[in-house]
Order: sequence, then structure tokens, then C-alpha cells
Amino acid sequence: MSSPSIMETLFQRTLEDLIKGFRLQLIGESAFISKAMEEIWKEIKSTNLQTKSIALQKLSYLGSLYFVDMSWSAFHCIECMSSPRFSQKRIGYVAVSQSFYDETPVLLLITNQLRKDLGNVNEFEAGLALDCLASIATVDLARDLTPNVFKLLGSSKIPLRKKAIGAILRVFEKYPDAVRVCFKRLVENLDSPDSRILSAVVGVFCELASRDPRSYLPLAPEFYRVLVDSKNNWVLIKILKIFAKLAALEPRVAKRIVEPVCEHMRRTGAKSLMFECIRTVVSSLSDYEAALKLAVSKIRELLGDEDANLKYLGLHALSVVARKQLWVVLENQEIVIKSLMDADANIRSESLRLVMAVISRSNVLDISRVLLSYGLKSDPGFCNEIIGSLLSACSHNLYEIVIDFDWYVSLLGEMSRIPHCQKGEEIKNQLIDIGMRVRDARSQLICVSRNLLIDPAFLGKPYLYGILCATAWVCGEYVEFSTNPTELVEALLQPRTSMLPPLIRAVYLQSVLKILIFCMYSHFQKWGSISFPSSHNLEGVLSESISKGTALESSDTLTSAQDDVFNPRKLRERIRLSFLLRRTDSVKSLLSNCCVIELALEPLLGTHEVEILERTRNVLGLIELIKQQIPDQLFPEEESLSREELEVWKLIRSMNDASCEELGPVSFTAQEKIRIPEGLVLEENLRELDLICGNLQPRSLSFFPQREERVDEWHDSEWRSREDLEPSNESMSLLVEHRKRHGLYYLPSSASNDYPLANDPRSGEHVPDETEDLVRLAAQSLAPKKKPNYSKPRPAVVRLDEGEATFPVVSNRSNSKYDLLSEVVHDVLQETNPMDKSSQKGKEKVRGDIPPGSKENLQDLVDPRREKLGSGKSKHRSHGKDRGHKIPQKVDGEKDENSERARKKGSHRHGRNKMRQRAEEQADLLAQTPDQIPDFLL
Amino acid sequence: MGIRFILMVNKQGQTRLAQYYEYLTLEERRALEGEIVRKCLARTEQQCSFVEHRNYKIVYRRYASLFFLVGVDNDENELAILEFIHLLVETMDRHFGNVCELDIMFHLDKAHFMLEEMVMNGCIVETSKSNILMPIQLMDKTS
Repeated sequence: MSSPSIMETLFQRTLEDLIKGFRLQLIGESAFISKAMEEIWKEIKSTNLQTKSIALQKLSYLGSLYFVDMSWSAFHCIECMSSPRFSQKRIGYVAVSQSFYDETPVLLLITNQLRKDLGNVNEFEAGLALDCLASIATVDLARDLTPNVFKLLGSSKIPLRKKAIGAILRVFEKYPDAVRVCFKRLVENLDSPDSRILSAVVGVFCELASRDPRSYLPLAPEFYRVLVDSKNNWVLIKILKIFAKLAALEPRVAKRIVEPVCEHMRRTGAKSLMFECIRTVVSSLSDYEAALKLAVSKIRELLGDEDANLKYLGLHALSVVARKQLWVVLENQEIVIKSLMDADANIRSESLRLVMAVISRSNVLDISRVLLSYGLKSDPGFCNEIIGSLLSACSHNLYEIVIDFDWYVSLLGEMSRIPHCQKGEEIKNQLIDIGMRVRDARSQLICVSRNLLIDPAFLGKPYLYGILCATAWVCGEYVEFSTNPTELVEALLQPRTSMLPPLIRAVYLQSVLKILIFCMYSHFQKWGSISFPSSHNLEGVLSESISKGTALESSDTLTSAQDDVFNPRKLRERIRLSFLLRRTDSVKSLLSNCCVIELALEPLLGTHEVEILERTRNVLGLIELIKQQIPDQLFPEEESLSREELEVWKLIRSMNDASCEELGPVSFTAQEKIRIPEGLVLEENLRELDLICGNLQPRSLSFFPQREERVDEWHDSEWRSREDLEPSNESMSLLVEHRKRHGLYYLPSSASNDYPLANDPRSGEHVPDETEDLVRLAAQSLAPKKKPNYSKPRPAVVRLDEGEATFPVVSNRSNSKYDLLSEVVHDVLQETNPMDKSSQKGKEKVRGDIPPGSKENLQDLVDPRREKLGSGKSKHRSHGKDRGHKIPQKVDGEKDENSERARKKGSHRHGRNKMRQRAEEQADLLAQTPDQIPDFLL
Repeated sequence: MGIRFILMVNKQGQTRLAQYYEYLTLEERRALEGEIVRKCLARTEQQCSFVEHRNYKIVYRRYASLFFLVGVDNDENELAILEFIHLLVETMDRHFGNVCELDIMFHLDKAHFMLEEMVMNGCIVETSKSNILMPIQLMDKTS
């Protein structure tokens, strides 16, 4: 048995051999690894621990650097761990730390080994166990080994105690109840004179406090002492991090630390410490002007430095300041803007972030211009970063910073034209969003959209198709703002649109349909209201549509339309049409539009894309219908039917009504706002319904009550007549129905005050003039609280909803992970008081009797400062009350007293902490009473 | 957890040392190292040593042919981490005498040992070179 193992050991390749072999191998990396793995596989099964451990060592090496799976070796790891020889044990421990995780099946087998090693007199073996625990501890391990770690926390061997402190963090995380046992000892270590211990324990508290700073407020005095006394930069950096968190919670802490922090900032030669001071000041102490000024001057030094690292950090610090103190950024604007062209992408992004932080109504025009010009010059990645941040900055909070929407819409157009632009989706969303929200921007929107649509360059850039989709939609939806619908139709039907994906093309066709309906409608309307054939152009339409009501009432004389021209041959028809075109401008443009559309769409009838096919048919069907009737109605001199009796007029009017209804922006919470009808059980299985109403479904949906209310009074009668038309005008009714079905997904803007448009005239009767909408938008965002009437509209509501939605999430997140830990820390800081009292008797009794929040407690909170700065007398006074019987003989020796205090601190902390804690809570809960505040301001 | 991982990577992008302070699967590690190495090695000397990656930051420094990459939380002090890297290099320098890539390759266990002394569970716990090296020297003596 022993001889093969000796052979194995003798001829085993060591890790060094393996590495050397690796460097010389010619068979390829993976082949070499699999060969080595075969060896390891054999060797690791050896009964000889030496052989096994070497094999494991090789395996860990491969696992660590070549991603070889070593989970199968768990049991071998444990065997090596239990070796009596340190070198083998270490190999085992390293492998365990490296490969074990919470779900490792054999994990619990190491509990005993760890316990044994933690208790080992050999500090290195105990250290190994602690290292291992620090990296792999699970709930069970942490629970079972807490007593052992606790023991080591008080070890006299400094390196061991240090490691125990390092491991305790993981133990706390996994098993919060360990806090009850270990916290006191951990806190005691804050008083340790040994810098190694201090550095380790401060590191642990820094981690703990970063997760839940509030729980550690009671320890502020201890931290403060470290801040003032420590000379170790590592420790100071960590302590500053803790204070940055605490100061944000507790203004009194902030007040206390300002001076020492500034002192460190002035004195230190270490950039790391200086930067940490700067960061603390700008993030948590920015209310203190002197400190902030000092920090800003240091930031400027960093910004001016040649070193890219310092420059980056300077910009980073600026971006933290920018949240509260914009002037700091403005002061350094030049450097920031210059950094936009830095060679380093990180610095560029950082300065871009800063520029975005200073962007406001007053400078958005300039900044956008500058940024876009930088964007044109820089690489595609950064260019898109610029565009992206501009888009998000401008759209933030319902375009808060945009005053001139005409400008902004043009800017969107400009962005789209930047060669590297990849932000098609975002631009698309904003174009549509602005269209829906900002009435006044629509004419400019149409103008920009037209330019983009006409530009043939766009059709070759697939990532900008989103923009084209939006512009096409805008053209259809807001065609009434267009000066030249014909041009839009031509742009939408240009031959190269065949390059577009079918869905976008479908949007194009839908827009064509809408424009066509609009043209016809305005044509008929003019006909009705103005004596024919006075020449009129389409600009007049807008004003007319407002006086639509009167137009409807007036009865007109029109040519009798006894149609005998059904389904004519196209050529003849066109000749006839072209003759008629001369009659009026209106008819001319209408019919020429029809011709253009027909010509462009006919080829599409053969397409296989249903979306395109359907819409093409809709459009062509409508044209066909119109053509049957129009020619005969073009002779106004003749006696005629009233316009109301014309079928085509009815048709056009209802279609126009359907499409001119404005689409509103949809709230994120729209779904929730729909009340569930009584008696409706959402969980019910609805499959049976299919049998009953399979055929009826579309129709019944279109009669959704909410929608019905909104249809004008003509609805009841008209709807019936429209249904009569249905068989012949299939396409039309389909459209209307589709439109109606679509309505389901929008909150009716008339029915709800909850989500009016940002500029919905209905939402604010007090501002009837539409042209003032933008001013109102500005006023809203400027002074939402001053004018409650103004804050009612959408922005405020949405913000509320968001708050409601996110708040519980945030609190859950912070709670769920660490609530146990912080809960226990709270408990410990509070509950240890009785124990202390019993052990410390009289001294504590005095304390215990002091009501929370009383002067003494508050003085306690500030007493580190007293120690430093106060006179002996005041010290005596402040301490005399509670520690008088111990202190007196030492009053004169400040050092002695300090050490005495330090010693006592360890034992009394918790009692005092409880009081402090309560004091804090009181301070938090109640408004501070005047007699407490002066105490603090001392 | 301040430090999430420490990597040493040579110019060719081969990992020479990898120490993680959170458990990642092999695949995650492979992906992470690939991304980071690509990102950091492409940067020039003049560019700053901090790279944002996913939800954390990488602080890196190049010594001769070897890159030291440290992944840290976002609120970690970047300059302190640079100093930490420097301390690590100095410590190895003191132990190996003008440390080079080969030293780390062949004495990976020692490099790990030093890291163990310096960092526990992502916290820097030891910053004195002699304290860091003390156990290693002791171990060398006894073996």
C-alpha cells in the first residue's frame, strides 16, 4: 500500500512542473489541461495526503487561472484541510475558499474542522480558518462558529484578532444574531491602541455603515475620536466614509466633523485622503460654506493637474457638488467643456455628465449647440452618448427645461441628421410625445417631419427607421397644421419607401389615409360654408373646422348626384378628372392627391404583408368611393341635394371625426385606473366564453361604453346609418372599428382629469388661450407649490404615482437584505444597558435615571469634542455627574483621564449608547426643544 | 464589500492571478475577465486608471508587463486602491526582489498568501509590508 504511494509521490509532477510544462507545451492549451487533469484525477484519489494535496494544488491553480471546474473535488479539499501538516492544510484551505459556495453539498462537513482550527494554538492555522470563514461562511457555519470567532475577537495575538475582525463581517451578514454576542467586543476594538486592529475594525464598520448608517449613529463619538486622533490614512479614509453617511442623517454630526475634515484636507499630503475629504464635504457637508469653498479650491487643483486620474476625480467630485451647488460647476465651466475633447473616454463621459448637470432653461440652447458640435467631431460612441444625454436631459420631467418647443423639435431633427446618430428610438418617442403633449409645437413638428420624410438619405439607415415611423405618424395625425398636404402625401409615397420594413410602411399608409380623409373633409367643409366656387386654399381649413358646428347646420345647394358612372375605366376617369380639376383649387388638389395615391398604391395590392395590404385596400377603397360621387357634385351652379344628404359627406365626416379625435399620452398607471366592472372575476377561466361570443367579439368591443360617451351627438343615428353602409364600405367601417377598439387602450381625455395633456386647454380653464400653454408649462415647473391650481395637471400626478410605486420598493430593498442585521445592531445598542447596569452598578444607575434626551446625554454625544477642546473645568463638570466617584483623582492628568475614559468607554458604551440612541430618536421624532439645541452648539 | 476581485493580467491578456471576494461561477468569471481585460488593456498610458464596468469600478495599474486590476464598489476611494496596488507590488518586490511576471506565476501561492494577509472579505485589513510578509517568511523558514 505504501510503495505505490511513495512511487506516486516521487514521480508526481509538482505545481512548478506543471507550470513549466505549460510554458513549453506544444499540444495546445486545452489538450495540455485535459492531460494534466487526467493526472490530477488519478493523484487526488491517492491515500497519501502529500500526493493528494499536490494534486489539489495543481487543480486549484488550473481552476483559478484556466477556469477548470473543481467543484467535484470538494471532498478532497476537506481531506487536505484536516491534514496535520500546515502546508497541506493550507492547500486544502485555499481550495475550499476558492471553490466552495453556499450550495456546496459537503459544506457542513467542515464545521468541525474549522472549529478545531479556530481553537488551534497555532495562530497561523487559526488564521487560515478565519480566512476561510471570511470567504465562505454560510448561515449554518456562521451560527455554529460564532462562539469561536467571538473568542478570537479578544485574542491577545494581534494578527489573529485582526483576522477575526475581518471575518466577523461575513458572520454578521450570514447570521445577524451573532451581533448580540460579538458586537460589544467589536466596538471595544475601536479603542485599540494597535493601528492594525483599528484599521481592520474601522474597515468593518465602514462596510456595516454603508448598508445601514442609521444604526451606527450611536457610535459617532468613537468614530469621531478616530477621526481626530488617527494618523493612518487608510483608517482616515474609511472613517470619513462612515461620517459621510452619518452626517447626511444627523446634522449635529455634520457640524462636529466639519472642522477636523477641513483640517485633514489642508494638512494631508496624500491625494487619496484629500480626495476623500473633498468627497465627504461635497456629498455631506455642502451646507458649510467655508468647508465647501476649501473643497472647491482643492477640486480646482485636481482639475488643473496633468494626471488624468486626478482630473477624472476632480470632474467626478464636481458632479457630486453639482447636485446641490451649481455655481461650482459654472465656475469651472471652461475646464469642463474642454474636457469634452479629452483623449480619455472616461473623462469625456464624466464632463458630459457634468454639463448635463448644469443644463437649465437659460442655457439649454447654448449647451445643445456646443454639445452637438462636439458630437459631430467625436467618435460614434461618444457622439451617441452626447445625443442620448441631451435627449434625456431635455425630456426630463415633461420637457421641463425646454421653453421653445419649435427650437427643440428642430433640434430633434438636427440630431437625426448627425451621421453617427443611433438614438432613433428615443427621438421617435419624443417626437410622438411632443406631438401629443404640446399643441403649439405641432406646426413646427409637421415642418420638421416633412423635411425628414422628404430626405432620401434616411431611407438608407435602418437604425433611424424609428424616426421615420414617428414623422410619418405625425404627418398623418397633425395634418391640419400642414401647409401642403399634397407634399406630405408625395413624401409618404415616394418609391424608396419600399425599403422600409412592413410595419413602418403600414404607418406610412395609415398616414396617407388620414391625410386623404383630411383633404376630403376640408374640401367638403369649404364647399358647405363658402359659396362655391370661390377659390380657397387649405390654410383656411383650420379656422373653419372650429366653426364646424355652424357649417353643419347650413344647408347647401348641391348638384344632384344621380350617379351613372360606376366603376369606370381608369384612363377615362382620369381624363375626366383632369378636366374637372380646373374647376377649383380644392378639388384639384384633392383629386390630384387621389391620383398620386392610386398610382403609388396599386402595385401594393399584390403584397403579402397583411398590414400593408389591409391599409392599401382601405385607402384605395375610399378613393374608389369618392370618385364615384365627386365628379357629379362638382357643378355647384346646378340644383343639388343638401350636403347633409350626400352619402359621401356622411362617410367622410364620420371618418374624419374618428381620426381627428386627439390621442393623449398614456399614463404608466393607466391600466390600474380602469375600474374592474362589478361582478367580474378576473381569475375566472374565460375559455367557455369563446364558444358563446366568438363571432361577436369585435363588435361588442367597439361598443365599449366609455368610448361611446365620447362620440358626438351624431353618433346614435349616424352609427346606424353607417352600419347600413357597412357591406359596401367595408374598409371604412373596419377602420372606424379599429380606431374604436384602439380607444380602449387610452384613457378618455374628456372623462378624466387625472391625466390631462400637459397643455390640454380643458385642464385649465383659467388659461383659455392656447398660445399661453408653454408659458403655463414653464410656470408649472417653476412654482408648482405656489399655484396649487397649476400643479393639478398631469406632471404632478405622475410624479406622485411614481413616488408611490417606487417608495415601497426602495424600502423593501434596503430592508430585505440587511434588516435583520440592522435590527439586531439596534437591539444590541439598546439592550445591553441593563446588563451594563447590573455589572457597573452605581455609575450606571445615575445614567439610567437620566431621562432620555436630557442635557447629560446630549453632552455625552459631544464629549469627544470636549475632551479635545474643552477646558479642564468643563470636562470635570460634564463628567463629574456620572463618573465623579472614579474620576476625581485624575482630573488633572488629561492623558490619564482620557485613557480612563477610553477604558470605561468599552464597558459603558452600551448603556450610553442606549441613551444616545434614545436621544437621537427623540431628536428625530420631536422638534428639538430650544434648551437642547444650545447645548449642542457649544 | 469594498474590493470585489483582484486580477493580475499580462500584456497578452492571460490571467496570472485571480482572487475573488464574492462567489462567481466559472462562466461568470470567464466572461468578466474577458470583458475587463479587453476594456482595460486597450487603454493608453495617458488615460486615467479608472474604468466603470457594469455596476462597479475597476481601478488598474500597469507595472512593466503586468496589469493589476482591482474591482471595487463605486464609492470606494480610487486613489486609495491605486495605493493599495502599489503596496501590493512593493510587498512582492520586497519578497521576491524586483518582482516579475514569472515570480507570480511560479509562486502563486505566496502571492495569494500576501493578499490573504492584506484583504479579508473585501476589506483591506493590513497595510504594513513587514506584517504582511511575516507569516510567509516564517513559513519559508520552517519548510
